[in-house]
Amino acid sequence: MKGEKASLRKAYGDSLVALGKKDNDIVVLEADLGKSTMSIEFGKEFPERYFQMGIAEQDMVSVAAGLALTGKKPFLSTFAVFASGRPYDQIRSSVAIPSLPVVICGSSAGLSDFGDGKTHQSIDDIAIMRVLPHMTVLSPCDAVETEKMMEALSKGIGGPAYLRINRNDLPLLTDPEEPYQIGKMNMMRDGSDAVVFATGVMVSRSLEAAEELGRKGISVRVVNVSTIKPLSREDLLRYSDGMKAIVTAEEHSIIGGLGGAVCEALSETGKRIGIIGINDEFGRSAAGYEELLDVYGLTATHVCSKVIEMLG
Amino acid sequence: MLDNKELQHLRQMAAVIRSNIIEMIPPGKVGHLGGSSSVADILSVLYFHRMRGLDPASPHNPDRDRLVFSKGHAVLAQYAALVELGYFPRSELKKVKTLDGLLQGHPDIDRTPGIEAVTGSLGQGLSICCGMAMALRLDKSPAKVFCIAGDGELAEGQIWEAAMAAPVYNLDNLCLFVDLNGVQATGPTKDVFPITHIPAKFRSFGWNVIEIDGHSIEAIDAALDLADSTKGVPTCIVAKTVKGKGFPFAEGNAAFHNAALNEEQYAECCRIVNEMKKETGYEG
Repeated sequence: MKGEKASLRKAYGDSLVALGKKDNDIVVLEADLGKSTMSIEFGKEFPERYFQMGIAEQDMVSVAAGLALTGKKPFLSTFAVFASGRPYDQIRSSVAIPSLPVVICGSSAGLSDFGDGKTHQSIDDIAIMRVLPHMTVLSPCDAVETEKMMEALSKGIGGPAYLRINRNDLPLLTDPEEPYQIGKMNMMRDGSDAVVFATGVMVSRSLEAAEELGRKGISVRVVNVSTIKPLSREDLLRYSDGMKAIVTAEEHSIIGGLGGAVCEALSETGKRIGIIGINDEFGRSAAGYEELLDVYGLTATHVCSKVIEMLG
Repeated sequence: MLDNKELQHLRQMAAVIRSNIIEMIPPGKVGHLGGSSSVADILSVLYFHRMRGLDPASPHNPDRDRLVFSKGHAVLAQYAALVELGYFPRSELKKVKTLDGLLQGHPDIDRTPGIEAVTGSLGQGLSICCGMAMALRLDKSPAKVFCIAGDGELAEGQIWEAAMAAPVYNLDNLCLFVDLNGVQATGPTKDVFPITHIPAKFRSFGWNVIEIDGHSIEAIDAALDLADSTKGVPTCIVAKTVKGKGFPFAEGNAAFHNAALNEEQYAECCRIVNEMKKETGYEG
């Protein structure tokens, strides 16, 4: 039901099981975080196709490459920090250069592992995955979209993908019946004064902000950018056309993430873009996710302020 | 056991591999002579005797044996063998590392037929081979996976991650050669970064370990027989070799890890490989 909260991690684990039933070539690798990423569900169902690689992410990535080179469709998962930065060169050399169909699930992404602090909070994973040629970067806003992405990825996209999954349950925003396509942005709410291009948890927060601004007479369009790479320049131009303000919102560093990608794509248009994200600093431990998002300026209130600022 | 005819053929092919390596590095062209010539005898046995399912017309035959150079910089040796098997035309040898060539500076599956994985960033090939061996196991394929790593490369931590993983998954369809040539880019490994007790290390990780002279065709072949008959664990063949083997001025010399030959050295190498071919009775 829309508005209710649901787990993206559970969607990931359940999707693996459902897809694994249909496709014997799907194999899953883990680095001792399967209970958290929920890939363990696949392991219960298909133990022979579930490879526990131990706490060895670099090996896990290159092993996935070997499986892909031999006709398998590997999905590997661990926390986003350990799925992106730790094995960066293995992703680059073993997987991305030969453009192998390996799906890398960066779970507990962004600040969502709120208690564990800065070593476990990925503020840089979009940037470092996005810079790799051949890599697709996906950032779902809810559990339903996660399932649709998994379905699309299981069919093969001709190269590797990075799937960024939040640890916490997030409000259901997308329609299960609506067809999904990698690379396409989705307008979640229309408006005429400003547009917010948001990804992940910031989609629901931007929708709240749009509601709030609406009460003040400011009409805000909210676009869900769940494919950060390849970024649809066509959709960016279409949805920002005629808008007096453009804002991006993400739970990631303001350097190199969605905001950076949008600026790169629109750099020759002369448009001004306001970026909401984590301000070039690492995370920290907190008792709850909400208070952490608040400290780092990732709430509906912050989105409202930025939109008003950009409208001048 | 190899019969005399097989033995002679493999000695000839080792000479041909060394000859082709030299052909790829004419005077002034930088290339990894040292680490390529140290594995020439191992490659001769693998490519021209042991490996099954190799077919240039069908390079992706699912049941083919795979060979991955984890020490990707020695790929000249692999090119030298693949050209003899017909994976690409001989004219490519002179175009190695040029814009128009199929043969890249390090192994590249997109451009070079017969290459099985992208390697060159050291330490990753053994993990890739584990993945291949796991997939072949799932497919109940009889194919085997061979990996060649350098001794200097063993400093990469990922090698030991893979060394732990392979016995966990009982990958007896995986065979690793450690090309123990004792010299790395900046000098002898014993001076640069000594990695001692290599056989004992692999043994303690659960591998079947065989120590051989990596330039003895008979020893290489016999070790592979032993690997085949060992079930339940992967095999590591620690092959004692000489860096730059066959070319006296380059033997054991770190200066020829990756260097260009001068006119005189090149002429000397050409003379040597012609002699090698003659000595082995090669008439190709």
